[in-house]
Amino acid sequence: MTTAIPFSAQLINLFAAVILLLAFAMLAQRRMLSLINLFALQGFCLFLATLVAAVTTGQVHLYYSAGLTLALKVLLLPWILHRLVRKLNVRGEVEALIKIPTTMLVGIVLVMIAFNVALPISELSQTITRGTLGIALAVVMLAFLMMITRQKAISQVVGFLSMENGLFLAATSATYGMPMVVELGIALDVLVGVIILGVFFFQIRDQFDSLDIRHMEKLKDN
Amino acid sequence: MPGSLLSIDVLLIAAAAWLAIGLCGLLAPRNTAFISRLLFPLGAVVGIGMGVAALNALGGDAQTAVLVIGLPDLPFHLRLDNLSAVFALLLGFASAGISIYAAGYFRKGEGAAPGVLCLEYHLFLASMLMVLLADDAYAFMVAWETMALSSFFLVTTDHKHEEIRRAGFLYLLIAHIGAIGILLSFGVMTGGAGDYSFAAMRTQELAPFWSSAAFLLALAGFGAKAGLVPLHVWLPEAHPAAPSPVSAMMSGVMLKTAIYGLLRVSFDLLHTTIWWWGVVALVVGLITALFGVLYATVQNDMKRLLAYSSIENIGLIAVGIGLTLIFHAYRMEGLAALAMTAVLYHCLAHAGFKSLLFLCTGSVLHATRERSLGKLGGLIHHMPWVAWLALAGVIASTGLPPLSGFVSEWLLLQSFLFSPGLPHPWLNMVVPVAAALVVLVAALAGFAMVKFYGIIFLGQMREPALKDAHDAGAWEKLGLVWLALITLFLGVMPSTVILRIDAATRQLLGSGLADKLNENGWWMLAPISPERASYEPLLVLVTIAAALLMGRWLVRHLYHGRVRRSSAWDCGYHFEGPRAQDTAEGFSQPIRRIFEPMFRMERHFPAARDTKPFYSVKVEDHFWYWCYLPIARLANWISTLIVTLQGGRIAVYLMYSFITLIVLLLVARP
Repeated sequence: MTTAIPFSAQLINLFAAVILLLAFAMLAQRRMLSLINLFALQGFCLFLATLVAAVTTGQVHLYYSAGLTLALKVLLLPWILHRLVRKLNVRGEVEALIKIPTTMLVGIVLVMIAFNVALPISELSQTITRGTLGIALAVVMLAFLMMITRQKAISQVVGFLSMENGLFLAATSATYGMPMVVELGIALDVLVGVIILGVFFFQIRDQFDSLDIRHMEKLKDN
Repeated sequence: MPGSLLSIDVLLIAAAAWLAIGLCGLLAPRNTAFISRLLFPLGAVVGIGMGVAALNALGGDAQTAVLVIGLPDLPFHLRLDNLSAVFALLLGFASAGISIYAAGYFRKGEGAAPGVLCLEYHLFLASMLMVLLADDAYAFMVAWETMALSSFFLVTTDHKHEEIRRAGFLYLLIAHIGAIGILLSFGVMTGGAGDYSFAAMRTQELAPFWSSAAFLLALAGFGAKAGLVPLHVWLPEAHPAAPSPVSAMMSGVMLKTAIYGLLRVSFDLLHTTIWWWGVVALVVGLITALFGVLYATVQNDMKRLLAYSSIENIGLIAVGIGLTLIFHAYRMEGLAALAMTAVLYHCLAHAGFKSLLFLCTGSVLHATRERSLGKLGGLIHHMPWVAWLALAGVIASTGLPPLSGFVSEWLLLQSFLFSPGLPHPWLNMVVPVAAALVVLVAALAGFAMVKFYGIIFLGQMREPALKDAHDAGAWEKLGLVWLALITLFLGVMPSTVILRIDAATRQLLGSGLADKLNENGWWMLAPISPERASYEPLLVLVTIAAALLMGRWLVRHLYHGRVRRSSAWDCGYHFEGPRAQDTAEGFSQPIRRIFEPMFRMERHFPAARDTKPFYSVKVEDHFWYWCYLPIARLANWISTLIVTLQGGRIAVYLMYSFITLIVLLLVARP
């Protein structure tokens, strides 16, 4: 790209980069509460990026999206998760299946894949945020990786939510967000999903005295 | 029919009435008096009305109706033509007898609540009627599946027993395999035009390959329901499991809906006929008939025996269909009409006598709580009504004059006798062999029926408990008498019946037997010409009756009074009691020996010094080991391979999606 990138686009790229950085930070984070804080921070960056996009393009529905992000992912969900962690008393160390440095290396490979895959798509896009598509895809993959490598059910939920952040970013960067109906639907799904999972956590802990998902292996039928 | 009310409307009203009666059963599901004294007799009345309407429709033009139910823009097309009318006639009159019988049978409220049974039973009836009336593939399949499901629930009435649940599952499984065949056959017949109405299928010109595919799929699909080998395995399991009126309904009527479907597809919807279709149907039918009758002879459970006998009869019907197809393909319409008449007649006859026999076993079962032949015997003394009526069914089933089975088997053999006229050298030679096999089947069927009747009703009681056996109740007797009268009527008045059902033959083949029969008058059945072969049923009836009366008179007046009763020399056996009579196993031992390779037997012989010697033999179905178990093992093996994917670890499951995602992203690049 030879043309100078406008200031707003640079700003969005900056936030997107921070989001990616936070995704790596989450992958490396061992403590549950910090993990949730990092998730809230990621949501906040997403909110800022969407807001900048909204101001630049003047698209009204992006304002709504930004507001929704702020309300849900920065305030409500982290608050619910904080409460869950306190009630269930699982602040302790997050146990990973794979060692954290290895996970980070795998993550770097995933980012490379994501950027390569996103390149042809972002060239088709006409939005000012198109540069962030690769980052969005990378965030999705890193969140997926986190879900795979973590043992505790709560960190899996955080991974799931972080993946949703990545999808949201991808939608914003490729087409200025999904239609409002879809976005509202997804937001509601995520909220309901977390609440249901919260209930499940209590059930799982009652059943197994732990939130470690390894205990659920015996649920399979033979 | 009065004024503007068409027969098809009457039939639809009948279906609606059956549904309504069924739903009424739910009002008071535990009130047996209400259900058995009011609802089942009402159902029988509806059945008779329906049968009369169908009789009226015979010979008339096809009537159509459109029923706006089901999916939007996809109404049910219905049509009542002569073929439907013949089978509707069968359904109406046979179900009337069975319903009356059921009014007495379900009185004890065994198994499921009577109200639920009433709903399932009448839903079953209504869905069979809708199968006969359907004029598009959608309506047909909906009715067909309703029929399968309602009968499944009827079979598993006594679902607390493991083996009954198993029988029900097997039935449902094979019913669905059959339904897939039928659905695919309809799909082929639309020719890709997307119009699933039968009217469109009739006009569709198919290439020979696709016609053949449609025919073979239909043969497999309807064959699964009818019980053609090798898809017959559900029959001997489901019939003993079901309550007797349900077995009677399934064997007598439901199997015929499959025959109806096969006739509908092969003679109405497909408008070319290729000669080798007939050969396929003939061979499958022969194998089925021979297999069914051989296994019937060695059964020791009375309902299983009848179930195998049903397989045999379905095989004979398939033989008739095959013969019709061959004659039709060579444009020998007169002979085709003869074979087709045999098919339709055997459907009617079998519906009558097999329902009758199944209901008789129901009465025996209620009276003795025993299904095993080895523990019955001598019941004619305690259950004279059931015994004499069962005799009618047995004679018809054996194919002896003057009852219904003789007429249809005679017609079938007549059509075989004309097969040397076929313009095909191989068929010329093979078909007479088939005729010989049909005769063998008829003879063995006689053997099986003698065993059935002799062991249950004749001789002495094998168990002391049988002394408490009581005859059937009034409702049951009424139902049995009704069916026995149908059997008698079909046997004595064949010309009258054939003149009525000839309309269906004429519709399917373009020619019938009516002209020939009209030449000879109603008392004589001479399908080709009286010089070649003719049958005067009344004459036979009168001769038999006269011979019987004469014999009775002779015995009474000449023999009686000269009998001196004293203890005979017991040949050294002082243990001679009822248990020393010929057993069910012993009776069929010669057949087991002669046809040994046909059976899979597990025998236990007593050793020389056994203190408690016993002999047992268990005959199992070869097909179970040849076809079904290998398939089951294969499915099991594939499943164990797949189950290794299910490790139980969420991380692994997530990994599957993750790897899929990455691979798709990398592969599906623009």
